[in-house]
Amino acid sequence: MLKSQRAKVIVVAAVLAAVAAIVPSTNAFVILLATRALAFSILVMSLDILLGFTGLASLGQAAYLGVGAYLTAILATRYGFGLGLDFWLVVVFGIIVGAALAAVFGLLAIRATGVYFLMITLALGQCVWGLAYRWNSLTGGDNGINLRERPRFGIDLAHDVTFFYLVFAFFAASLLAMYVLVRSPFGQSLAGIRERELRMRILGYNTWLHKYIAFIIAGGFGGLAGVLWAHTAGIVSPENVVLTTSVDALLMAVLGGAGTLIGGVIGAFIVFGMREYLSTIVPWWQYVLGLVYVLTILYLPGGLMGIPERVRQRRASSHDPNKLVLLPGT
Amino acid sequence: MRNSASGKIFLGLLGGCLAFAMGQSAAADELRIGYIAPTTGIFAQVGKDMIDGFQLYLDEVKNDFGRAQVKFIVEDEQGKPDTAVTKARKLILQDKVQMFVGGLLASSGYALAPVSTSEAIYVIPVSAADDLTQRQLSKFPYIIRTGWTSSQPSHPFGQWACDQGYKKIAAIGADYAFGYEVIGGFQKAFENCGGQIIQKIWPPLGTKDFGPYLPSLKQDADAIFTLMVGPMSLQFPKQLAAAGNKKPVIGGGTSYDEFVLPSMGDEVIGHVSALQYSAALDTPKNAEFVKKYRAKYGKVPSYYSETNYTTAQMIHEVLKRNNGKWPGGPDFIKQLSALKFDTIRGPVSFDDMRNPVQNIYIKKVEKKKMFGYDKEELWNTVIKTYPNVSQFGQFDKAEFLKQPVYGRDFPPCKFCE
Repeated sequence: MLKSQRAKVIVVAAVLAAVAAIVPSTNAFVILLATRALAFSILVMSLDILLGFTGLASLGQAAYLGVGAYLTAILATRYGFGLGLDFWLVVVFGIIVGAALAAVFGLLAIRATGVYFLMITLALGQCVWGLAYRWNSLTGGDNGINLRERPRFGIDLAHDVTFFYLVFAFFAASLLAMYVLVRSPFGQSLAGIRERELRMRILGYNTWLHKYIAFIIAGGFGGLAGVLWAHTAGIVSPENVVLTTSVDALLMAVLGGAGTLIGGVIGAFIVFGMREYLSTIVPWWQYVLGLVYVLTILYLPGGLMGIPERVRQRRASSHDPNKLVLLPGT
Repeated sequence: MRNSASGKIFLGLLGGCLAFAMGQSAAADELRIGYIAPTTGIFAQVGKDMIDGFQLYLDEVKNDFGRAQVKFIVEDEQGKPDTAVTKARKLILQDKVQMFVGGLLASSGYALAPVSTSEAIYVIPVSAADDLTQRQLSKFPYIIRTGWTSSQPSHPFGQWACDQGYKKIAAIGADYAFGYEVIGGFQKAFENCGGQIIQKIWPPLGTKDFGPYLPSLKQDADAIFTLMVGPMSLQFPKQLAAAGNKKPVIGGGTSYDEFVLPSMGDEVIGHVSALQYSAALDTPKNAEFVKKYRAKYGKVPSYYSETNYTTAQMIHEVLKRNNGKWPGGPDFIKQLSALKFDTIRGPVSFDDMRNPVQNIYIKKVEKKKMFGYDKEELWNTVIKTYPNVSQFGQFDKAEFLKQPVYGRDFPPCKFCE
């Protein structure tokens, strides 16, 4: 099947091209949902770099989405900045702010691993939530900040389809950037740290620095996702940085398949689809989502993206019991 | 002769039938109303009351608003402004509603107002965010409020507190816009007639354990003013009584509203609050409403139920005057604001900022029998009525609009130590 890396890349590119072509011709609500899912996917993919490639499960990534989103909202409503060509400046600022926050938080978090890392990132994420909720004069508290309009620079982003293409472009660029990152020597070192950190240290790698840099990169992408999210949703509130948003991102990454980048995107689309679309059709959609999570964790530890691998394993073992079964990843 | 006579009768009948049939199809306009309320999450019970109130009216008129067929589409906002906006967009883009109604929290109100358009107006029966019909009104030409503003009952209530002889009051309320506005309005009115607010405490929305807050309540206060919503309304009086409180307790309308009153115990007897509705309002209209609602849903209606029932009534009235045809968003708003209603909560009209002018009732919790029910239960007995209260209360409108919206730090706590 899809054994070669090139084949996988081609399939992903084809699917994305199909999405970009089909979605704009569906109804306005689907376009809205797709835009939201794509913006959030950037955050999920950034989490996947930490979770799937470095082995660090973080429960605080929503904080970076939050600072990017709040920055965008505050600049737009208070200073009228970022609604023209300076939108691109805001994008850069969003990335910087996300990365900067990750740099600060990383100093506290990277010294820990496993469950302790989870707890520290959770606590730090909640600190950001607390600030967003209580710092009324800056963030509007629980009322949040309404963005009245989208930027206009030659093209009018208020038009939903145009905005969809913009977000799609950012998404594709992020995916490409992260793909190059994980295939690079740096990315391979991260995978090594995930597998056996002690061995990497013995080999002379500065694992702390590697993890720290990965954390900062994830923060930067989170900030980018935040800038896009602010304009997609039109409202930024403490809900964007609350714990459940971080949990959502983690669940989407796990559902789709950690360590595959594109798995997180699939997870994001499924969860958004269920939450926003299914919820308008049946009231028991939460049971469906819960069941999906439970089944995935029980039977698909590799997530949905791990299905082809399992099928291949099943087939290989059923064909010839004497033949050596190749371990996944080789 | 006979042939032509029967022929004429036949033609006449045929013509009559055709006219009848055409009349029916011409009048069967569809009015699509989207409803946004929390049906899941910690405010699910409140959301249920909201929907039930509206649905009760729809069932009574069999979804027929002056010959327009009402299609009622309910969406869950989960008590989150973000979700409310997404659902509103879905209602507008996919279901093509002419109006969307609802939104529970003040924050949801602020989030939903910008989503309204001339094709899909926003009717607000519950969300009491002050500024929507005050300083920010000009930003939202496509909204109209049929409920109340957070500070509307607080203004006469502050005066009432002075009249009772209270001099110093400690306030504790939910830490969000609604809390700030209810307590802010009370503080302004109370200090205007010589009272002093000596403390303001803000537990976060959804707090269930008030242990950290109760010991810090100032002992020299004459009374305690509480503003609780949802699950907080149930927990706070219990914990306050358990902490040994002996001071009189007064509060915002939602602290003792009927959505939670049946679950409360004797600890709230004697507590006084202010709102534009009480289920114990002793009028024939209300008695009928309470009996109808209770027979159908098994509980006494709360203000959430009443305001939605009345809103449905108001929408029906406008549609009736247009023979069942939707007059378009801006026109609907204009027509509605010009009408005066005799509703279950009393007479209601609209001020020039599209907010109701109505009675405010000061109500006290008492245990008694009412409306012919044979059990003794907790009711919010009306002890005083302030008629014709607008959102500006006893204050001059221009002066009021010049000051900032009530917030965590406004009015400033001059007498807090």
